[in-house]
Amino acid sequence: MGASEFALFFSVKEAVKGVKVMEWIQQLINGVSLGSIYALIALGYTMVYGIIKLINFAHGDVFMIGGFIGFYAMVRWDMGFIPALLLAMILCAVFGVIIERVAYKRLRNSTRIAALITAIGVSLLIEYTVVFFRGAQPEGYPDLFVEKNITILGVQISKTSILILAVSIVLMLLLQFIVQKTKIGKAMRAVSHDADAARLMGINVDNTISATFAIGSALAGAAGVIFGVYYTKVDPFMGIIPGLKAFVAAVLGGIGIIPGAMVGGMLLGVVETFVSALGFSLWRDAAAFIILILILIFRPEGIFGKNTREKV
Amino acid sequence: MLKVDDIDVYYGNIQALKGLSLEVNEGEIVTLIGANGAGKSTLLQTLSGLQKPKRGSVEYLGESIAGKAAQSIVKAGISHVPEGRRVFANLSVEENLDLGAYLRKDKEGIAKDLAHVYELFPRLLERKKQQSGTLSGGEQQMLAMGRAIMAKPKLLLLDEPSMGLAPLMVQNIFTIIETINKEGTTILLVEQNAHMALSVANRAYVLETGKIVLAGTAKELQESDEVRAAYLGGL
Ligand SMILES: Nc1ncnc2c1ncn2[C@@H]1O[C@H](COP(=O)(O)OP(=O)(O)O)[C@@H](O)[C@H]1O
Ligand SMILES: [Mg+2]
Repeated sequence: MGASEFALFFSVKEAVKGVKVMEWIQQLINGVSLGSIYALIALGYTMVYGIIKLINFAHGDVFMIGGFIGFYAMVRWDMGFIPALLLAMILCAVFGVIIERVAYKRLRNSTRIAALITAIGVSLLIEYTVVFFRGAQPEGYPDLFVEKNITILGVQISKTSILILAVSIVLMLLLQFIVQKTKIGKAMRAVSHDADAARLMGINVDNTISATFAIGSALAGAAGVIFGVYYTKVDPFMGIIPGLKAFVAAVLGGIGIIPGAMVGGMLLGVVETFVSALGFSLWRDAAAFIILILILIFRPEGIFGKNTREKV
Repeated sequence: MLKVDDIDVYYGNIQALKGLSLEVNEGEIVTLIGANGAGKSTLLQTLSGLQKPKRGSVEYLGESIAGKAAQSIVKAGISHVPEGRRVFANLSVEENLDLGAYLRKDKEGIAKDLAHVYELFPRLLERKKQQSGTLSGGEQQMLAMGRAIMAKPKLLLLDEPSMGLAPLMVQNIFTIIETINKEGTTILLVEQNAHMALSVANRAYVLETGKIVLAGTAKELQESDEVRAAYLGGL
């Protein structure tokens, strides 16, 4: 260990000592709730990758659109949080299917790089279309709670965190139910494993892929709204960084693996929050990318992945 | 029941089937034998809608099905058990069987057929909650066949069901093929194991590089010198 590492080690140790247990619990809850936003976005990345092997770089922009729909619904049209959330999910689902049908469907048999470039193009198109119609300025989200925190067993927790966590957990349970128990969920798993064999069952592969985009985009839409609630603002480029982080979360969990995206997202949220809590808030965004580099070097298949998995 | 007339099928510029014709009558077991690369799988894929013929016609129960989507062909009553089983490894045995009945809505009929599949293949019942990727090759073949039966087909297409299986398992699979046929399902059986295939079939075709070169009753082909020399190891 060199001198500078020593210094870093001690400053981390000092920082850890400075934060009390209760505060740690608080930070953990904050981390998990932030992480659940990443997880919701990561699920769409991972489901789409699982079924058509495409990294949908426009996914972060669907998230952004969700954030704006939530804003307009709550501020301009006076809707409550839950109706706004549902509206954002429905419209994003439709939007996701349109993107898939217009931009990606015809590229199914072309090279991966062509599809990837298209995805980046779609991403830019969405961002600048939003800027064109309403400008690049941010919009402020309303405060949902007058009293910001509640105290449970001596731990102060922000109500926003609890709300985000509750919404995410409900959506993830719902997703698990759809994927594991319903007919369309089984079809999605079948198509992601072997599309031709799925055709032989009479499964309509195109519709199944669209359903995957619809579900993934609805989750991103929901994430956009709760992100707006968490950070209290939305802007046309808000999807870029969370989108990249969610991508990291998906890779961390093992791309294509649904529980992997959930765990990867939560883990990333906790790591980021702890990095900030320790006083390294400037390193917060870097944490995700350091994790990405480490995972690509040491375990490219991700936490839940089998080591035979193909990489982009 | 099935009438294939003079079809050409291409992969890009490579022609895999060259003016192929054959017929399958209701209630029969018809086998198509031929070496690796002859075009057997291509034919089955064309029948089930995964490949489209460039020329020629495919008639099933009096209707043209050439170039139709796989979905509507399954609905019309043709089920295809593909080469290499292609079970959904990430799904359980029972989920695979459920997917076999994907287009059916008759809950009672499905439950009855599921019970029947488990009767035909008791091993699948024992392993119904197991991930199908963990099954042995023979069990996966059973699952692939059970899954196809769940669609309640009138015509079952089997692509090399004996491939890679131990002799005892091959026996077992062929016995079940005969049972399925006796229960009323017509079968088109593709095999490299000509010996086994000819022993269960009524009629047979021999395919070489995309063309039918011989046709006849199974008995005739078993006795033909060409077939003996080329496919029965001179037995
Ligand atoms: N997906 C494919 N792309 C290009 N050529 C193919 C493809 N599948 C099969 N072929 C070619 O078509 C011919 C027939 O193949 P196939 O139908 O698989 O034969 P068989 O089932 O009798 O072994 C072979 O020459 C094979 O190389
Ligand atoms: Mg073959």
